[in-house]
Amino acid sequence: MTNNENIITVKDLVKKFGHFVANDHLNFEVRKGEIFGFLGANGAGKTTAIRILCGLSYPTSGEVKVGGFDIYTQRNQIKRNIGYMSQKFSLYDDLTVYENIRFYAGIYGLGRKEITIKAAMLMKRLDLESAKDKLIRDIPQGWKQKLAFSVAIIHDPKIVFLDEPTGGVDPIIRRQFWNLIYEAARDGITVFVTTHYMDEAEYCDRVTIMVDGKIAALDTPSALKKTYSATNMNEVFLKLARATMVA
Amino acid sequence: MKRFTGFVIKEFFHIFRDYRTLLILFGMPAVQLLLFGYVITNEIKDARIAIYDASKDEVTRKISEKILSSGYFILEKNLKNYSEIGPTFREGKTKLVIVFGSNFAERLQREGKAELQILGDASDPNTANILVNYASGIINNYLLSINTEKVPMRIIPEVRMQYNPGLKGVFMFVPGIMAMLLMLISALMTSLSITREKELGTMELLLVSPLRPIQIIIGKVIPYVVLAFIDACIILGMGKFVFGVPIQGNIVLLLAESLLYITMALSLGILISSITNSQQIAMTVSLVALMLPTILLSGFIFPVENMPIILQVLCHLMPPKYFITIIKDIMLKGNGFIYVWKETLILALFAVAFIMMSIKKFKIRLA
Repeated sequence: MTNNENIITVKDLVKKFGHFVANDHLNFEVRKGEIFGFLGANGAGKTTAIRILCGLSYPTSGEVKVGGFDIYTQRNQIKRNIGYMSQKFSLYDDLTVYENIRFYAGIYGLGRKEITIKAAMLMKRLDLESAKDKLIRDIPQGWKQKLAFSVAIIHDPKIVFLDEPTGGVDPIIRRQFWNLIYEAARDGITVFVTTHYMDEAEYCDRVTIMVDGKIAALDTPSALKKTYSATNMNEVFLKLARATMVA
Repeated sequence: MKRFTGFVIKEFFHIFRDYRTLLILFGMPAVQLLLFGYVITNEIKDARIAIYDASKDEVTRKISEKILSSGYFILEKNLKNYSEIGPTFREGKTKLVIVFGSNFAERLQREGKAELQILGDASDPNTANILVNYASGIINNYLLSINTEKVPMRIIPEVRMQYNPGLKGVFMFVPGIMAMLLMLISALMTSLSITREKELGTMELLLVSPLRPIQIIIGKVIPYVVLAFIDACIILGMGKFVFGVPIQGNIVLLLAESLLYITMALSLGILISSITNSQQIAMTVSLVALMLPTILLSGFIFPVENMPIILQVLCHLMPPKYFITIIKDIMLKGNGFIYVWKETLILALFAVAFIMMSIKKFKIRLA
């Protein structure tokens, strides 16, 4: 599904918190339909960048367009076209599976009939039909994670932003979770995902590696491995990190 | 609008699933009112007194009789001489001693004045004060009744307690509890419910969604407006039907003022939650920064006029003070809007100020 049309363009994005520069002149484009990985150690500036793209915070300077809309002036249009899931778990514990689905579909403006159909489809796909009326706090972690992702894309957004969606989750669930991401990409949704698990970088179409607020590398995983003569992405990352430390 | 309705419904789900909080919300007004109404009472009945009557004539017997039949006093003992007074107080049972000077009736008749002493046990100053007032009231009444033309004219003040003739404690506690509980429910509950979303991480999801921030805030607040309003009605209803506190003024005005106060407290809750991200801190701030001043500095229990200047200034910064004044005016005095417009304006200004501050904080957080 990847083509050359850019769905996100970022030019000279700078974000400062006082004297601390969290994002130092970032430049990149995300193509429509690709799975775009945003990698880096904790504190490298991934979350800051994703928050700006989602409209949760304003950049200090720079030009950012999401889905063709300007983040300074067209926030409302952007909001309607994106989905978001954060590293913190984001369903309501004291609401049932169905109530959570209905609530999130509702705030994205889906009609009642549409919600019923979508909810049924979603629960069937995730094998959650038997848990429809269970409270979120009573269902296993793996299900919650998958449900949270499905809810984040229930309104068929153009882009979905995932901020460390697999943080603190065991490898089997992470694998299952990535299957869902692939499915979404197949349906034409652009996926923008941050992670600090280097093995997950292999699943992405293209990868950005951030070190200390700057983009240290941006390419496909195979091209990166070739450039840095590494066997896996972890080595690529270590080499990049070491290079900046020496410099 | 559909989005917004869904959001409000969700908020009600949160509240109704949390049985314990719900119980507190509706149980608290009843329990507090009963506690304040029955336990902490300013009225004194059946206080034990001693009488030292050095004269033992017709007038002193009459006065003693009047005092003992008033319902406020019970005779603990008759003292035989003046020196017994000290030990009697020290025993602790006797709260008041009345001493008639010798030749009481005769001197009253001849000179138009006689010696009478009322001694109170001021180790409990409030009680002593009230008892002394009761006793002197009764004596004055009696003197007034025997005051004939023979005695030169004297001015005897007649004291009547306006608006609360029985000096009933509940008259004071109903407005106080209203101010306190509405503040607690509105400010504490909203700040908790907003910080909970922040802790869960769902706040970010809401902010990313097409819901506007103002819709999120109003959606969060509406359920608590409803709950606080119901509580206000419970308190007023219990005050009227259980304790007989009258509502002299316009009930619509009273409810409207309550709504204004609730709005003010809610905006304070929003402000608190815009400052902190943790439920723990929100709770502490609400309890320590709101509850204590509401109880101590609002004139609810301790009269503002008697405080040091610095505290008086602080008192004027406490919104509950104005609300208590408003309800007392409307409930007990039956005053209309023209008497409380100043306080109403101040409450409204507080609300606007809190909202402006929250918006400013919110913008800083976004930037």
